[in-house]
Amino acid sequence: MQVEKIRQEFPELGERVYGKPLVYLDNAATSQRPLAVVRKWTEMSTKVNSNLHRAVHHLAALATEEYESTRDYVRDYLNAESREEIIFTAGATASINLVAFSFGEAFVRAGDEIIVTEAEHHSNIVPWQMLCERKGATLKVLPVDDRGHLCLDLLPILLTNRTRILCVTHISNVLGLVNPIREIVRICHERGCKVLVDGAQGIVHERVDVRALDCDFYAFSGHKVYAAPGTGVLYGRRELLEQMPPYQGGGEMIGTVRWTGTSYAPLPQKFEAGTQNISGTPTLRPALEMAEAMRAGEVQAAFDSVKLFILNKLQENTKVRLYGIPDSPEEKIPLFSFSVEHSHHADVALILDKMGIAVRSGQMCAEPLMDRFGVTGMLRVSFAPYNTLEEAEYFMKSLERAVKMLEG
Amino acid sequence: MNTLKEAQAEVIEDFSMYDEWLDKYEYLIDLGHKLEPFPEELKTEDRLIKGCQSRVWLDTAVEGDRLVFRADSDAIITKGIISLLIGVYSGRTAREIAEDDFSFVEQLGLRENLSPTRANGLASMIETIRETARKHC
Repeated sequence: MQVEKIRQEFPELGERVYGKPLVYLDNAATSQRPLAVVRKWTEMSTKVNSNLHRAVHHLAALATEEYESTRDYVRDYLNAESREEIIFTAGATASINLVAFSFGEAFVRAGDEIIVTEAEHHSNIVPWQMLCERKGATLKVLPVDDRGHLCLDLLPILLTNRTRILCVTHISNVLGLVNPIREIVRICHERGCKVLVDGAQGIVHERVDVRALDCDFYAFSGHKVYAAPGTGVLYGRRELLEQMPPYQGGGEMIGTVRWTGTSYAPLPQKFEAGTQNISGTPTLRPALEMAEAMRAGEVQAAFDSVKLFILNKLQENTKVRLYGIPDSPEEKIPLFSFSVEHSHHADVALILDKMGIAVRSGQMCAEPLMDRFGVTGMLRVSFAPYNTLEEAEYFMKSLERAVKMLEG
Repeated sequence: MNTLKEAQAEVIEDFSMYDEWLDKYEYLIDLGHKLEPFPEELKTEDRLIKGCQSRVWLDTAVEGDRLVFRADSDAIITKGIISLLIGVYSGRTAREIAEDDFSFVEQLGLRENLSPTRANGLASMIETIRETARKHC
């Protein structure tokens, strides 16, 4: 498949802003949605809309079949051992909060420790702070070095026999570096510590195999990987999920409800309280299929050249400070956070916007990481396979023009 | 000194000379660069205007019956905007400022052409100037 053909699948890319063609470089915040996803959502909303599991009628059976077959698809996609290990949620944040609560209830006591890394998104920090507060546990932080790499040599020192879980991003939404998850999991498991991986960016850029990673939890959102917003997945190792209490109550998560006490449904329903995202969740399938299709052949090759082009351009520009410097290009996804000497990130973003280019500026939901690098914010451009080399070139030219304008 | 309305009309006229928003930004950037230096020791927490994505400091001095504003920002376009505002309001009486409806900002079309976070910042700047004037009435 060619990039131009792929672009036809994403109607938003044809939009114009201020009369200029839209150049969408904020894919790490949310990706654009392909027609296949829109079609699935429409189909779910107009042909088979019904509540799941509960009723005997025909529509309910069809909707349930769509929803549950999506679970089978996701299980297969992630190479999870069983479908009970796939919990549908509202997104990565919801998935992580679920684990922080339920794993916390089951396994974390006063005096225990939890490790997060310095490169985490707020969504993989705050739930753990809340858990620590609730349980009287301690939160420890694995730092990153000046190039943005995790200081893995410190991990064995941080781990103690009280460390219950380590929470790490697969790929940081600021640094764009692929973390060595297998290595981290190996070190943690040797010490009896579980590992949760925030896969919000990771799921977009590689075919995730949870058994190969050997992680205990893997969380991601649908909307960053071309699916409908408000969808998400939590993969959890079955033996852990079995021991964890429900997070929320009500809906299909029950076994029997009596005034004398309630029993809970088996996995995965135990963790899916309330009416599920009936229309949204089935879009995960066409979305992940699209992600997979774009990771092959000509499109992938074009995407790699976009990445190399931007990486080289930003690195050779003496005014630019790039955060997250890879040892080799394979280690980096096409996500670049940087600052420009004497130019405020908000100013640059504002001018680029007027040139039709959507970029991110600010703290990117990672304030501790901003503090680590001593900045009030950064600029970020994040590419998707549907972005072209022409767009990348236009961005670099526009950036230079914006900086020249700002210098006056 | 010209009246407040005259000063506002002048800014509106200057601004309307540019059709393109990039040119308007250039005008604001230029204003930002020309703003007189703001003493480092005045960059205190209580002079920070809350609600801006970039940091904006506003200092108010009372000279006779008039308020004199000085300001700074770490973002140059924001600095241009606050420069434009204090260019209009600085050196006027508290009553004059407090009684103004600030509608000239609408006529500039600034709000629509800033990102939502920037527009909030602009609203905060206006509110701070208005509040400061009210306190001195």
